[in-house]
Amino acid sequence: MKLFGIRLPGMSSLIIWGLVWEIIGRMEVSFFVPPLSAVITTLFEVIGSPAFQKALYETAYAFCAGVFFAIAIGIPTGILMGKNRLIDELLLPWVNIFLSAPLTALVPVLLVLFGFGMKSIIITATLFAIWIIILNARAGVMQINRSLLEMAQSFGATPWAAFSKVYFWAALPEILGGVRIGVIRAVKGVIIGQLLISIVGFGALFELYANNFLMEHFWAVVVVLFALAFSISELLAYLERRVSYYAAKR
Amino acid sequence: MTHRSLYLKIFSAVIVFGAWEIAGRIPVSYAFPTFFESMAALGRMAFDGSLWQAYAETLKPLAIGVAISAVTGNAMGLWIGLSKFFDWLFSPIFIVMQAAPLAALIPLLVMMYGIGLTSKIFVVCIMAMPVIVLNTAGAVRNTPTSLTEMGRSFQASWWEVILKIIIPAASPVIFSGLRLGVSAGFIGAILSELKITPTGVGDIITYSRSIADYASMYAAIFSIILLAVLFLNLLERLEHYLFEGNTRGYASD
Amino acid sequence: MAMPQTNHAMDQSSPVTQDIAVSAHNVSKNYGPVEALKDLTLEFPRGQLTSLLGPSGCGKTTLLKIIAGLLEPTAGEVQVDGKAVTGPGPDRAFVFQDFALLPWASVIRNVAFGLELRGIAKTEREDIAEKYIKDVGLSGFEKSFPHELSGGMRQRVGLARALSVDADVLLMDEPFSAVDEQTRRKFQEDLLALVANENKTFIFVTHSIEEAVYVSDQIAILLPRPSRVSDIIRPTGLREKDSHSIRRDPEYLDIVDEIWDSLRTYVE
Repeated sequence: MKLFGIRLPGMSSLIIWGLVWEIIGRMEVSFFVPPLSAVITTLFEVIGSPAFQKALYETAYAFCAGVFFAIAIGIPTGILMGKNRLIDELLLPWVNIFLSAPLTALVPVLLVLFGFGMKSIIITATLFAIWIIILNARAGVMQINRSLLEMAQSFGATPWAAFSKVYFWAALPEILGGVRIGVIRAVKGVIIGQLLISIVGFGALFELYANNFLMEHFWAVVVVLFALAFSISELLAYLERRVSYYAAKR
Repeated sequence: MTHRSLYLKIFSAVIVFGAWEIAGRIPVSYAFPTFFESMAALGRMAFDGSLWQAYAETLKPLAIGVAISAVTGNAMGLWIGLSKFFDWLFSPIFIVMQAAPLAALIPLLVMMYGIGLTSKIFVVCIMAMPVIVLNTAGAVRNTPTSLTEMGRSFQASWWEVILKIIIPAASPVIFSGLRLGVSAGFIGAILSELKITPTGVGDIITYSRSIADYASMYAAIFSIILLAVLFLNLLERLEHYLFEGNTRGYASD
Repeated sequence: MAMPQTNHAMDQSSPVTQDIAVSAHNVSKNYGPVEALKDLTLEFPRGQLTSLLGPSGCGKTTLLKIIAGLLEPTAGEVQVDGKAVTGPGPDRAFVFQDFALLPWASVIRNVAFGLELRGIAKTEREDIAEKYIKDVGLSGFEKSFPHELSGGMRQRVGLARALSVDADVLLMDEPFSAVDEQTRRKFQEDLLALVANENKTFIFVTHSIEEAVYVSDQIAILLPRPSRVSDIIRPTGLREKDSHSIRRDPEYLDIVDEIWDSLRTYVE
């Protein structure tokens, strides 16, 4: 997009939407939409509050733990599926099922099995993230160019050298792509888990602000949360481009 | 070959359901019914009709929400894909929506629209819309240049290029966007039933949990996942059937 | 560079008395600071095949798309039959490098697509399409879809589509570069027959020297940085030869060598 010959940066239109928000808020169209400036002012107040910091800590903890398990279990499983046909045929239908299944429905099961606490939220995050990570790791291993493997063999590479110097790098772009999507899903999983449990983290905070009609506070938390989620996703996309710069021209 | 993969699928299902049965018999938890108990509960609910009533209730916001998202989402996507200005203006919103945990807005929607059908439809819409818009926009933007140039070289009008070239060329991706939208819509529909007010399948899940009838609860969850997976699978097959040759047929393959 | 000429050429296609179908006058095209074409002037005689030959990046496809009206020149003008080109027109038809077939449409709808866009009734346009499908040797494939055809057959569909609108000028953008070598040779032979039988003007972009010499009445050699016409070669004795013996003709071999000598310094 160009304006008067100057290239506008990609996300710059968000400034316009921020202005629209401010105007709608000032016009007092709806009680539920306070002006953006009021939200921002509250935002700094909220960020300093112990309740917010506790919620952020709990959420970050559940998110990191969930992502850790999803990666630690997902990538090896995916690689195994890519290399072994029997395991692949046994597991693939299930991975596909859980990839498209509405996993929200499983949260009540987690609650009765693991209680109304951190454990359930961590497992929710893992469940949201893991399937796409498995599938991409599998795809990454399966798409490795045959001639690349034959090249490694023909130069007499040891199995370890072939893995660390060829297989790993050849599959890396897909694996990272899966991790990126998985992480975005984990963010959604954590929030959905917290909303359904609603006594932990941001779930509790939303409940508190909504029930007391603290609209500025509510929006402030939403803005922080969305900004964090978006930054994580952009950061990962950036890292992915940096690490697998060669992906497009293999 | 096909036999092998079918047998393996059955074998794999037997292992998983068998493990469920055994874990239920031990039992691993007082809240973990066996596979057969759950299936019996499912059969009972299907037989006395409560399951079908529940689904009629659950599928209403889902169907309405997905329909609204499909119509507005595709129109938005087409617009964004065709115009650089609207791309700049609107894309960021949907990109942020795609990455953000939109479920956080549910308490607000409840405040604004109450606990009725409207809120639930809204939840389905905000879940389903971003992926539909972004898929359509991307597909329209990526119409092969040579096809639009071909149309122009035969003096096609702007409308003819859109209707006869861009939309058909984009339709496989638009369709898969709709499929992903339905998938996200399922998540939204169930979330809204569990979070906002228990109705439909969400009601069965919540109620049977409260009276510790875990077999019915597992049965309801099993059925909704099964339904979603079967329906999405059906859509995927339809997609393959409809657009079989569409992705092929260029010089580069 | 010396131009191979014979008496025969003088009386049939002397550049001075020739009927010019398409002409480009001082055409320039810039993409931002990049000069794709600079002050290019070139004439295309009616009823003949002119090749635009050159290394990649010399702007030959850009020139073709300007003639087609798909791109606008930054400066200069293209005329078809003395009228300035302002956009695509019914007097020109384009054959695309990647065929540009509609993957969701059958062969017959693809061939008739140009006529469909001109608002010709379905039965009529399908009758016309039928004829050209037969001409390009695809009878029996009317109901097939592009993905069911080989690359060579797909380009025959693209060719039939361009022929069916009966334009005076056929613009071909490396039409045979995406098909295999055997098919390409067959295409080149067919193209010679087409030029001989149809009274159309062909403008043909290629990067293959042999192909250009084999099929052309006139070869314009384009050089990059800055893009310009460096030479125009008119093979003279080849058109009378049997299509099978052209490649053994001393004139053919001389011209190929000559062009290679002039181009080799531009190949990285």
